[in-house]
Amino acid sequence: MSAHPTRARRTAAAVGALGTALALTSCAGGSSAPAGEPETPDEPVELRMTVWTADEAQLELFQTIADAYVAENPELVAGVSFETIPFEDYTTALTTQLAGGNAPDLAWVFESNAPEFVASGALVDLRPVLEGTDGYAADDLVPSALSLWEDGDGLYAYPFSTSPFAVFVNTDQLAAAGQPNPADLVADGGWTFDAARDIAAATAQDTGKQGLVVRDFDYQAWENLATVWSGWQAQPWSADGTECTFTDPAMVDALTWFHDAVFTDGALPEPGTTADFFAGDAAMTITQISRASSLDDSFSWDVVPLPAGPAGQQDVVGQAGIGVFAAGEHPDVAADFLAYFTNPENAAQLAAYFPPPRASLLNGEDLAAANPRLSAEQLEAVVVESVQDAVTKPAHASFAKLSETVRAELDALWVEDADVEAVLADTCAAITPLLED
Amino acid sequence: MAASAAVRRDRLVGYTMVAPVVLGSLAFVVLPLVMVVWYSLHEWNVLANTFTFVGAENYQRMAADPGLADALRATLWFSVGLVVVNIALALLLAVLLNQRLPGTTTFRTFFFSPVVVSLVAWTIVWSFLLQADGGINGFLSVLGVEGPNWLRRPDAAMAAVIIVQVFKNVGLNMILFLAALQGVPEELQEAARLDGAGAWRRFRSVTLPLISPTVLLVSIITIVGSLEVFAQIDVLTGGGPGSSTTVLVYYLYQQAFRFNEFGYASALAVLLFVIVLVLTLLQWQSRKRWVFHEV
Repeated sequence: MSAHPTRARRTAAAVGALGTALALTSCAGGSSAPAGEPETPDEPVELRMTVWTADEAQLELFQTIADAYVAENPELVAGVSFETIPFEDYTTALTTQLAGGNAPDLAWVFESNAPEFVASGALVDLRPVLEGTDGYAADDLVPSALSLWEDGDGLYAYPFSTSPFAVFVNTDQLAAAGQPNPADLVADGGWTFDAARDIAAATAQDTGKQGLVVRDFDYQAWENLATVWSGWQAQPWSADGTECTFTDPAMVDALTWFHDAVFTDGALPEPGTTADFFAGDAAMTITQISRASSLDDSFSWDVVPLPAGPAGQQDVVGQAGIGVFAAGEHPDVAADFLAYFTNPENAAQLAAYFPPPRASLLNGEDLAAANPRLSAEQLEAVVVESVQDAVTKPAHASFAKLSETVRAELDALWVEDADVEAVLADTCAAITPLLED
Repeated sequence: MAASAAVRRDRLVGYTMVAPVVLGSLAFVVLPLVMVVWYSLHEWNVLANTFTFVGAENYQRMAADPGLADALRATLWFSVGLVVVNIALALLLAVLLNQRLPGTTTFRTFFFSPVVVSLVAWTIVWSFLLQADGGINGFLSVLGVEGPNWLRRPDAAMAAVIIVQVFKNVGLNMILFLAALQGVPEELQEAARLDGAGAWRRFRSVTLPLISPTVLLVSIITIVGSLEVFAQIDVLTGGGPGSSTTVLVYYLYQQAFRFNEFGYASALAVLLFVIVLVLTLLQWQSRKRWVFHEV
């Protein structure tokens, strides 16, 4: 007998591997009734929350809060565990768990997936629980921070982190290259994307490292460019999500600026170049303020708001929500835990890492108390002022498909001799059917 | 006539011995296969937890899916490139390393070692080497050549993925060819030499026919393997640039795990299964024409 039938069978097994995961699916729909005061289960339950942070200090804080909840509610819960899934594959791993009938009780959800998750019915409406919990002060939640997570009257996730994007600056590198300090430019109104580009290009020239890095973009996760194109008031699609706006003049100008900053000025790393600001590989980076915890004292640094574009300065926030899965085993207990996890006292503790959506906590002093890496002035300028009128990164009910389609089309833009307008026209042609769906 | 106690006991022992394999295959091969076919007849939204019977709709959708056409084209290019380069190189290396020369053992080890390296580790190292300012282009610039941004140009990206995969697995095929070459009787070579055959003629008319069963085996392994490529694509290019390296398995993965289209992805899995099956059967049937004798 030759190897071939065995081989064919192995292939069949490989093909069938998809099915193995799927075969284990359960039909358990769980309770989708709105959660109120949880009924006491027969025996205390174990809750599981999936997160994408692996930061030990953050996980320790979560566990401390969870342990206090367990101590207060021994008849409800025996324990709460936090399961880290790497950032890159987070949503994929999460949906795979759902497909396998192994839904977590609670999960962090990316803002880009928010409309999809909210509309799907996978998450439990949290509003009754949050409003019905004594001392929760639900009216303290900033309405604009909640809107992404609402559908009708329902609130399907709690945006525990409303973290503005800002520019972190390696002031050592800028000083060595004889470049102006961005904080001074902010003060006299000269902090524009053009200024940032020139500083980045000159510093990169001087250090031989990279200039400005749009963190997590990597020429794949294009939605992170919202931190740039918002300065042009550009958007990928209309507010109602039905019309492609990649070909609008604002977007064409913004992406032309970006393309030239990369390929003509050398202000940003070219595709396929990795540079980590926090390891000292770049002069500046655009990222969320919550990344301040990655900084050590190996170089001196500052943090300033996003620069102004031709259309003025526009703040951008990245959000992350915590939702309770209807398909989880104990949605009502999980919702009760979430109300505890994010009550005013615990939200103040979580503010050390995640700017909370609570008006009462959004002031420089409270945030600085929770976040020793940043001064009250820095926080006031970057966080407090920006959360109120900020825009979020693009989101859509079909985000996964849009994200991949746009990524594939924009690949043609990331070459030196790209025709920006033609690429964006192709992009609109490719995503219009998806938007009209 | 009833079987004797001894025969029954023997049967019981036999069934007990094969039971683990049979049950394992049923649970992890046959059942998933059947389930995939079943899923492919449904529209399954994991998030909304809906599972609706749609009949052949997922299969009809394939015909009108431009993404699938691109994926099949990319798969064809990848497979043809891989099979041709891999088999040619493996055969060349095997012939060279079949000589009685000093140092051949070292070279054999050298070419075989990537086979035992973890696939993902191997690919990640290559992804750094293939960066615009990575090791490959650094080396080329020493020679005065400006290398392309390998993983960002559609043509270069496919070539890069093929080369990375060839270097990973060429050692295995080389060893298979080497074993076959060493089984070619020296007296046949000698007879051909006495008849005045040159090196190429001896290779073509004596060596190649005698190792043809191995060529068949290697072809099947390589072609089927090329259709299963996934990790390399995921690590090196993520299917890009554009959709130039989105091969069928990667496309299937996107549909299932990125877009939550588990029903359509299952239909694609069935398609992949059929393609592999047909290719393998074709090769198996055609062996009578070109395989000299069967092992």
